[in-house]
Amino acid sequence: MALLEVNNLTKYYKEKLALNAASFNVRKGEFVSVIGRSGAGKSTLLRCINRMIDANDGSVQFADTDLYSLGKRAMRKTRRHVGMIFQHYNLVYRLTVLENVLHGRLGYKSDLDGILGRYTQQEKELAVEMIDKLDLTEQIYNRCDTLSGGQKQRVGIARALVQDPQLILCDEPIASLDPRSAKVIMDHLKKIASKMNIGILCNLHQVDVALKYSDRIIGMKQGEVVFDDVPEKLGKKTIHEIYGTTDGDLIDE
Amino acid sequence: MAIDSLEKNTALSRANVYFRAHKIRSFIGLALVLALTIAASSIAGFDLIAGIESFPKAFGWMANNFVPNQDSLSNAPRIMQKLLETVFVAIVSTVIGAVIALALALLGARSTGGNAVISALIRTFASVLRNIPIVAWAIIFLFSFGASTFTGFLALALGSIGLLTRAFMESIDETSQSTVEALKASGASRVQIIFQAVLPSVLPQIVSWVLYMIETNIRDATLVGLLTNSGIGFAFSIYYKSMQYTSAGLTVLSIVIVIVLLELVSNKLRRLIL
Amino acid sequence: MSKTPKIQRGALIPLRQPNVSRTTLSLTLGGLMVLSIVGLFFLDIKGANPWQAMIKALEDMGKMFFQPVIEHFDWQDIPLDLLITLSMAFLTTLIGAICALFLALLSARNIGNKYLSGPISSFVALIRAVPTVLWVLIFAVSAGLGSVAAVVGMSFHSAGYLVKAYTESFEELDDGVIEALKAGGAGWWSIVFQAVLPASMSYLISWTFLRFEINFVQAVALGAAAGAGGIGFNLQMAAGHYANIREVGTFTWIILVTAIIFELVATRLKEKTRLLL
Repeated sequence: MALLEVNNLTKYYKEKLALNAASFNVRKGEFVSVIGRSGAGKSTLLRCINRMIDANDGSVQFADTDLYSLGKRAMRKTRRHVGMIFQHYNLVYRLTVLENVLHGRLGYKSDLDGILGRYTQQEKELAVEMIDKLDLTEQIYNRCDTLSGGQKQRVGIARALVQDPQLILCDEPIASLDPRSAKVIMDHLKKIASKMNIGILCNLHQVDVALKYSDRIIGMKQGEVVFDDVPEKLGKKTIHEIYGTTDGDLIDE
Repeated sequence: MAIDSLEKNTALSRANVYFRAHKIRSFIGLALVLALTIAASSIAGFDLIAGIESFPKAFGWMANNFVPNQDSLSNAPRIMQKLLETVFVAIVSTVIGAVIALALALLGARSTGGNAVISALIRTFASVLRNIPIVAWAIIFLFSFGASTFTGFLALALGSIGLLTRAFMESIDETSQSTVEALKASGASRVQIIFQAVLPSVLPQIVSWVLYMIETNIRDATLVGLLTNSGIGFAFSIYYKSMQYTSAGLTVLSIVIVIVLLELVSNKLRRLIL
Repeated sequence: MSKTPKIQRGALIPLRQPNVSRTTLSLTLGGLMVLSIVGLFFLDIKGANPWQAMIKALEDMGKMFFQPVIEHFDWQDIPLDLLITLSMAFLTTLIGAICALFLALLSARNIGNKYLSGPISSFVALIRAVPTVLWVLIFAVSAGLGSVAAVVGMSFHSAGYLVKAYTESFEELDDGVIEALKAGGAGWWSIVFQAVLPASMSYLISWTFLRFEINFVQAVALGAAAGAGGIGFNLQMAAGHYANIREVGTFTWIILVTAIIFELVATRLKEKTRLLL
């Protein structure tokens, strides 16, 4: 069984169809990119997977569990195993890097411990280890609003990693970064997939980045999956179909 | 060539029309303001000349009575005591109001509350508290609590809850919506999110608002004191009515000093915290 | 520059290092709490039983909100009284706006004199440190208790508030336009009337309306506490003179509804100016 199985996921916003019977799989340690125009349904897709938004129809199987059959409490427990990183990092800027990274453990802790911010020694050491893996040790006690975009995203990744996740959802993680920071982030994500055997599902709007890093690419157009295959098979014709363009329209040609 | 000059002419005439319309609009605007002013003055019985004429006499009064003399200084201890009363009542009512407002705001904010009905109820409640003037609250509570500091405290507290609830709700939504999303996605519970993400982000703004509210409340407490016979407003009215004008002047001076000091302190604190 | 902290396995790992911002925040919160507890000792209920009083208050509010009545006043006079209060608020807003406009043009750092900026804001801060009711009473010594003293007295805070608001609006303008006109040789007055005012007009109007809203509430208060007439005066009479809580309720309702209308219009204006950005 694959780590993640999405079947016929459908989502309406008023009368507009945001997701149209989307189906695909992600395996452990696989790096899957989702490409498509803005508004093609990429963000909605990710959020329907961890049920931050609930889809209207279809199912999501994660680690042999049907996520849409779970109640609120069970779903919250399952979220521990799904990390998520965001285009705008979504950190608490006034707090230090270490504190933000440790937030990833809150799903495992009781309400009381969470309120008081009581983390165990192991949790702290895990956080330090992840911070080290992402080359942030020097900034560990810095306030997050003093960091660069690339550093902020690395904090986000570390926060996802301390959850000990099996799958990480990435919503346009490099869209706000300069090319050099973007490469650093993508390299980290690739390493996480291959070395830590964590599945990565990554929304991207740069096709060349997707081609370079992915094991598989999923192309979305108007909520539908129109391509699901290895990067080598992604031809110019398909790219144009996904973006609704013709030769010479796209910036990376 | 003929066509060019034709285009130029139409462009020019269009420009002229635009400017004329603009001028007419400004003229109408000014005429409207003037008409309203005349209407308002007659309705309220306001005489601009009388107003201007009152200035020299008022400045004279201030010059005479703002300089402390033996009379007024003899009343200084009483003034100090009343001043302290006002300041402390303002602080207590603001802080208690803020605590309640924070609880309400957390329940009502979009990112932390969740329930749209509760959110609307809280907003309406706060709006009613806010839009009833503090003076009105004081008058209402005079019936049941009499003329005492407690009445003033209640009026100020309710007014504070009204204003702060909305201010806090906006701050909460502004600063923490994205982090709430992130922590929710990682499986944290609502309470954990509030304490670990929302409060750390929003506390500086909250303290800023509280400091601002204390200042406002000290000013309002002066007026409320007139009605509830407590605090520095009461002191002023006693001296004013008995024509002990130098003491009244000293009262005003003491209030000014306190408020200015408070502003300096809170500005410094705000700069350090934010 | 920053010292890389030494973190050892097995040793205590702090979550953060001490910093100014957080310490100040904690101290401020602590201080506020201590001061509040001290403040509690200043509250006295002058002998009345608190629980009885609380119950009476709730009863009163019930009567007030749900059984409003008019007994001692003429129904026809009330709209006029409301208009009186609104007129006072309008006048003081206008006066405040005109004075504030001049002061703000002088004090804004991009169009005024930068040496005036500091003194003007200190001057304004001092004026705002005197509570409005005291300004009114001071002027009542020479002009008598009435609408003249009220309007003049309120104008001090009106102007003060608007000076700060207008100055901020002016300073937020894109300096590029001013620079461009200056480079073309335009004089100060032209720049003000042709660029600064049109560009910031929507902000100015918004702020002025916000002050109008505040001035309405002030005018009510002054009517109640400083004899300025209007609906505030009615409110005070219903309570102090006629001691009729239900009548107080009527006036409270009128004031509440007016204030809410103000708030709705103000919110709409605020949204519109954001669009005009």
